[in-house]
Amino acid sequence: MNKKSTEILVGLFVVLGLLALLFLALKAANLASFTGGGDTYTLQARFDNIGGLKSRAPVRSAGVNVGRVTSVKLDPQTYLGVVTLEVNKGVNFPKDSSAKILTAGLLGDQYIGIEPGGDEKNLVAGDVITQTQSAVVLENLIGQFLFNKAADGGEQKPQ
Amino acid sequence: MNALQIIGQVVLAQLARWGHGALFFLDLLRATPSALRRFGLVVGQIHAIGNRSLVIIVASGLSVGFVLALQMYYALTTYGAAESLGLIVNLALVRELGPVVTALLFAGRAGTSLTAEIGLMKAGEQIAAMELMAIDPKARVLAPRFLGGILSMPLLAALFSTVGILGAYVVAVLLIGIDSGNFWSIQQNGVDVWRDVGNGVVKSAVFGVICTAVALYQGFETEATPEGVAYATTRTVVTASLGVLAMDFILTALMFSTP
Repeated sequence: MNKKSTEILVGLFVVLGLLALLFLALKAANLASFTGGGDTYTLQARFDNIGGLKSRAPVRSAGVNVGRVTSVKLDPQTYLGVVTLEVNKGVNFPKDSSAKILTAGLLGDQYIGIEPGGDEKNLVAGDVITQTQSAVVLENLIGQFLFNKAADGGEQKPQ
Repeated sequence: MNALQIIGQVVLAQLARWGHGALFFLDLLRATPSALRRFGLVVGQIHAIGNRSLVIIVASGLSVGFVLALQMYYALTTYGAAESLGLIVNLALVRELGPVVTALLFAGRAGTSLTAEIGLMKAGEQIAAMELMAIDPKARVLAPRFLGGILSMPLLAALFSTVGILGAYVVAVLLIGIDSGNFWSIQQNGVDVWRDVGNGVVKSAVFGVICTAVALYQGFETEATPEGVAYATTRTVVTASLGVLAMDFILTALMFSTP
């Protein structure tokens, strides 16, 4: 095999490998969503309980992805969970919008749903969403259910 | 007294062997920049190491993708989560199986041929002849092969993962009937370019260094007899595979221990 055809074959191999990397980055990972997402602005929301919310969870409004959770931490003064959101520029919400922590499916991942309010002014970068609804914690629900059951049972017994 | 002496002997011999290997590795690193100046040699080695491993890598990637998709589907339907098939196959391939299986195949396919080639060069006293002509055999023979291995390995691992994911696509979408848009979008949501794909590439580059350095060392230090070359070739596969697996554990712990 002469030198030229060796070089052509090696070139082919390298191009093929780089194409594979490009495929992994664009089609099988999230590089495309970074470049397509463009500019974002940050908002904050405080929750009594964030449940299983993790950073990089999606932010949705009416079910459409409009951003991402960038960080989750505890405010040591108020003991509230502070969630920082990155929302795509061009998607603006009224000042009195509310944020809920919702679950995709019965046991799916948790995400933040934003319901727009009716205020004329919009939330700007750095604002805090004040109206929030915490995550539903299954244990609390079950506990409440059992407690109600027990209370009902207690009332019925004397009859 | 005799037992103590034996213990000391064994420990000293082992330390000497490790030191010998480490010094060889440092020499190899020192010789590597000179290979960049004669890149034609490196291209030849990429052809020998990379191109000729292509068929086995692609075939293995495809079958791993097929089998992983089928098995995962079986487990996931129990939980009604068959949709996340693509994500699981993707993460498994990109983070672990791509780099590791490629490195194991690489040690068997390319590592052995490197060891045998250099071992026979040594048995034929070509290496001694080079030294006699004041040509540094580490710069002329070993360094181009070393660079060729390091450059080929990440590309081979990326091809392995890609072909595996395409194989999973064939099984998941064409055979099982999972929605194609869902198959890709769930991967794009769950796989991070730098954290998952990037770390996979770093892993495969490290494995490339391990496999190639071990193969070259075994070839260069072989006894110049037919049995010596055979023994060195076997040791290449064993040492490189164990090194890759041990290193994989360390790298995984460093890269992915924090969520």
